[in-house]
Amino acid sequence: MNELDFYTLYVVFYEMMGMLFWILIALVIFGIGGFILALTREGGLQSRRLILSEILGLLGGFMALFIMAKVTISGFSDAGGPVDWLLVGLIWGGGLVGVTILSYAIMGMLNILNDSQRQKA
Amino acid sequence: MGDLSRRSFLKLTAATGATAAAPLTLNATAAEKVKTKAHIVIAGAGAAGLGVANRLANQLDGAKITIIDGKKKHFYQPGYTLVATGIKGSSYPTSGTSRYMPEGVDWIQEAVAEFDPVGNKIVTASGKAVNYDFLVVTTGMKLDYAAIEGMDVNRIGQNGLGSHYHSPDAAAKTWSAMSRFSEEGGQGIFLRPATEMKCAGAPLKFTFLTEHNLRRNGTRSKANLLYAAHSQSLFSVPIVHEKVRMLYEDRGIDTVYSHVLRKIDLDRKIATFDTPTGGSEIDYDFINVIPPMRAPDAVRNSPLAWRTGPFAADGWTEVDKYNLQHKVFPNVWCVGDIAGVPKGKTAASVKWQVPVAIDHLIAAIQDRTATSQYNGYTSCPLLTQYGRAMLVEFDYKNNLVPSFPGVIAPLEELWVTWVMKTMALKPTYISMVRGLA
Ligand SMILES: Cc1cc2nc3c(=O)[nH]c(=O)nc-3n(C[C@H](O)[C@H](O)[C@H](O)COP(=O)(O)OP(=O)(O)OC[C@H]3O[C@@H](n4cnc5c(N)ncnc54)[C@H](O)[C@@H]3O)c2cc1C
Repeated sequence: MNELDFYTLYVVFYEMMGMLFWILIALVIFGIGGFILALTREGGLQSRRLILSEILGLLGGFMALFIMAKVTISGFSDAGGPVDWLLVGLIWGGGLVGVTILSYAIMGMLNILNDSQRQKA
Repeated sequence: MGDLSRRSFLKLTAATGATAAAPLTLNATAAEKVKTKAHIVIAGAGAAGLGVANRLANQLDGAKITIIDGKKKHFYQPGYTLVATGIKGSSYPTSGTSRYMPEGVDWIQEAVAEFDPVGNKIVTASGKAVNYDFLVVTTGMKLDYAAIEGMDVNRIGQNGLGSHYHSPDAAAKTWSAMSRFSEEGGQGIFLRPATEMKCAGAPLKFTFLTEHNLRRNGTRSKANLLYAAHSQSLFSVPIVHEKVRMLYEDRGIDTVYSHVLRKIDLDRKIATFDTPTGGSEIDYDFINVIPPMRAPDAVRNSPLAWRTGPFAADGWTEVDKYNLQHKVFPNVWCVGDIAGVPKGKTAASVKWQVPVAIDHLIAAIQDRTATSQYNGYTSCPLLTQYGRAMLVEFDYKNNLVPSFPGVIAPLEELWVTWVMKTMALKPTYISMVRGLA
């Protein structure tokens, strides 16, 4: 490849995923934004919720590997060298971190919403 | 105004009226456009032609751009191998040419019948003459099935005949013939032509995947596989040849060298090869016929073709291998499969060639000299089994030029390369055709 920059990457990823690309970007922004909002509103990490999110995150990691296997009509059992194991790790890690943050953010937002409704009542 | 003086005039206006040439960046829109009144004709709207049209439309202001091609469908040809091995469905390679046609470009939906570079004009199939200031030839190549005695493309898919280069439909029929063979076993023959060809790795990949498909079906022991190489090697890059030779040995794929398919008996299932010691007849139960490839007749019979040397016989165009400018007609560039250069008949090469040719063409419009060079970059993710592929990238010197040195090892069977081939290459190709990557 001769011209590998962020613009090329964007163009290629957009071509690959279409609207899904923007949905994923929106999810990332929503997840990170919601996570930070929950952190600041609640004054720190809620350990119970974190554990629950991490459990969901573990499942998210496996789901990411499953989706990847479906899309590429192959699987991590085809891994043939160190870089493949790195890729398996990255996909699993991506799914784990993504789902953990997203579920923490969703639960945090629901909690904040509940609190504000309770205060109103 | 005579043609030459018109070009000189165009150079002058470009040099005075405008700007530095758009640099070789992707983000051409960000660079200032070059003002010109030049008429640029592009012959052929495939991977290279559309890539050129999009980039020119993006980088020039005021130019008249005409593209000539009668084909309304666009084929992502690297996808044929995926269809022929059952990885993708038959519709995967096909889309419409108009999807990628830039606005403001005049598309004449006919073939070019005659190139007249002396008169700076082309003539279309219906007899319409089109004059140009600059010409970009991107006609790709012709599959010369007629050169194989007894071959009938209408019978692809029947009686053990495969030929996955022909079309998406033929690739799908090749898959049905190959999967039948993978269940029943027998003698499988694989080959390549003795001419230059597009993606010289594709016949090798197809052989690897057939072998793996037999293993997946548990029928490997019922089949003999024979790869008939046209020369003394399996691949023109020595280090790649050695690697494939070792893998074929490992997979039990027999190899014969200097075998060129001359004749095929589709009823009796006999393939006749020319060899240094005479004709050799080999029976088959399944065969994947890859025909000789040559320049389309309109190019081959024109003054654009090489007159001497290794590219003359099949009519490839006489260009400078580093900037793809025609050696005799300096207002002509030839990009993609049609270029008579020692490497580079892949879509990956087109991705590298297009920006270089455009850089030089725009420099010519502006009466300056460009320095960018095409180094022969050719790439071919060699599928070696379902789920794994080797990244093979090389240049004119037969050097390996890995895109991800230290991360993705070349010539190593990896899942990551398979993931790239099945997921990322088509979007990269489409982005290139759109002039964006
Ligand atoms: C089975 C197969 C597998 C491949 N695998 C790979 C791969 O893995 N990786 C890779 O990088 N590349 C691969 N390729 C090669 C790649 O597809 C080609 O190198 C690429 O398409 C070349 O682009 P092009 O524009 O030169 O030719 P094309 O894309 O073929 O376009 C040529 C165009 O010119 C038009 N034309 C022809 N004659 C005339 C005329 N007289 N007048 C006007 N128009 C004309 C045609 O209609 C066509 O639209 C493969 C090809 C095949 C067939």
